[in-house]
Amino acid sequence: MRGESVVVVGAGQAGCQVAVSLREQGHRGPITLIGDEQAAPYQRPPLTKAYLAGETDLAGLVLRQDSYYEDHGIKLVRGERVIGVDRQARVAVLGCARTVSYDHLVFATGARPRPLPIPGAEHVLNLRTVADADAIRQRLDGQIGLDVVVIGGGFIGLEFAAVVRKLRHEVTVVEAQPQVMQRAVSAETAQHLVSRHRSEGVQILTGTGVAAVREGLVELADGTVLVADLVVAGIGVIPNTEVAQRAGLSVDNGIVVDAHLGTVDPRVYAVGDCARFASTHAGGLIRLESVQNATDQGTTVAAAIMGSAEPYTALPWFWSDQYDVKLQTAGLTNGHDRTVTVGDPAEGRFSVFCFKNDRLIGIEAYNRPIDFLMGRRILEGGNSLTPEIVAQPGFDLRASQQKAA
Amino acid sequence: MPKITYVAHDGVETVVDVAQNDTVMRGAVLNGIKGIVAQCGGGASCGTCHVYVDPENTKPLSQMHQVEDELLYFTACERKENSRLSCQIPVTEEQDGLVVHMPEKQL
Repeated sequence: MRGESVVVVGAGQAGCQVAVSLREQGHRGPITLIGDEQAAPYQRPPLTKAYLAGETDLAGLVLRQDSYYEDHGIKLVRGERVIGVDRQARVAVLGCARTVSYDHLVFATGARPRPLPIPGAEHVLNLRTVADADAIRQRLDGQIGLDVVVIGGGFIGLEFAAVVRKLRHEVTVVEAQPQVMQRAVSAETAQHLVSRHRSEGVQILTGTGVAAVREGLVELADGTVLVADLVVAGIGVIPNTEVAQRAGLSVDNGIVVDAHLGTVDPRVYAVGDCARFASTHAGGLIRLESVQNATDQGTTVAAAIMGSAEPYTALPWFWSDQYDVKLQTAGLTNGHDRTVTVGDPAEGRFSVFCFKNDRLIGIEAYNRPIDFLMGRRILEGGNSLTPEIVAQPGFDLRASQQKAA
Repeated sequence: MPKITYVAHDGVETVVDVAQNDTVMRGAVLNGIKGIVAQCGGGASCGTCHVYVDPENTKPLSQMHQVEDELLYFTACERKENSRLSCQIPVTEEQDGLVVHMPEKQL
């Protein structure tokens, strides 16, 4: 395998990980990492947290020092977009019409914010890239007490709301679903997050659609009009699959890949937000937008290029920081039919154990990092926890596992 | 810039300039020093940037918060008295010359 050239299309967390892991695993051939942003590969999670709050700058976000790429023989191409892949000729075509040939190509093209399908969407900012965050910071800088409306109560929307509230602005979150973070967490966890936001003075409206945005105003579907100096939307993303589709690869809400993250073309792979893969944890095809998924898939594909036949089976996990709440989720809790809460919700330290057909599928740890880490271990292996066991008074996850061992 | 010394499990030392207000973890990751994984990128969520602060250390270090304390029970290598998560140690001029030892493994 040594000596073969690898082109990575997309230089976010997943793409960068492919390049780094290839070198760590001893790959000697040329590696070209192509990103359409001007910035060197950086972490996105702090954009809604420390970066937006002005506690760190771009240098504090980059994944590797500039010199790292040179020292490790990784050709980093910035500010360039791959517009086509010719699989017969094995070349990637850049927007500037340059071509880069490959023996292996990895799509790590990520995703882009889903546009708001309403009139006035041009008044709405998104938060995905460092440029997006800079645009928002510019609007907030040096001011307090602005009216900020957040459309979408998911991870991005709520983290953004928490930071903007800390910067002393008036914040309203509008969520179309009856519950915030509906795709990501249980009703119990969502409820506590909402209470926490409300106690900080953030207004949260659920089950309310947005009808239109006008200069300085947001009109809700129920006729309510909100004053808005700034409107930011976080209503999900659309995977960047157009180039893969044009290259004749299978695309269905993501670039469809097998258990080894390979496409039908044995020289082409997909990783991270843009990849739709068969998950043993979900029991079907899923696409995940997380640091864990980006880095673990990046590592898996690097190994595959080096000749490994290991499938991708990593347990999904997530985290979110809002105010002093650290929410950590182990496993996929979506689709649970029963929950058991352990700990002290009134004190803001509890875990929600999520079951499906009496099998534990995930744990949401709300300021309970031990349950999160312990949960990752037991969900990675087999576990025999039932709702009845977890519901016993005084149940302690760590103690229960020590006993079991 | 403050200099931090990373001692690998096999004894190899690497000295790195770490920007003010970056962390001991980032000093290693940015420069591709193996031995610190930092799965979560510094979110105090994973426990894979475990280090042992040099026993002779006299530099002042940040206070350990509860989350870090709890995560340290789940590191791949044994927790010792001088164990820290390197993502929770910010670097300023006061830490110039700090030496940390990396455990045999993080995962």
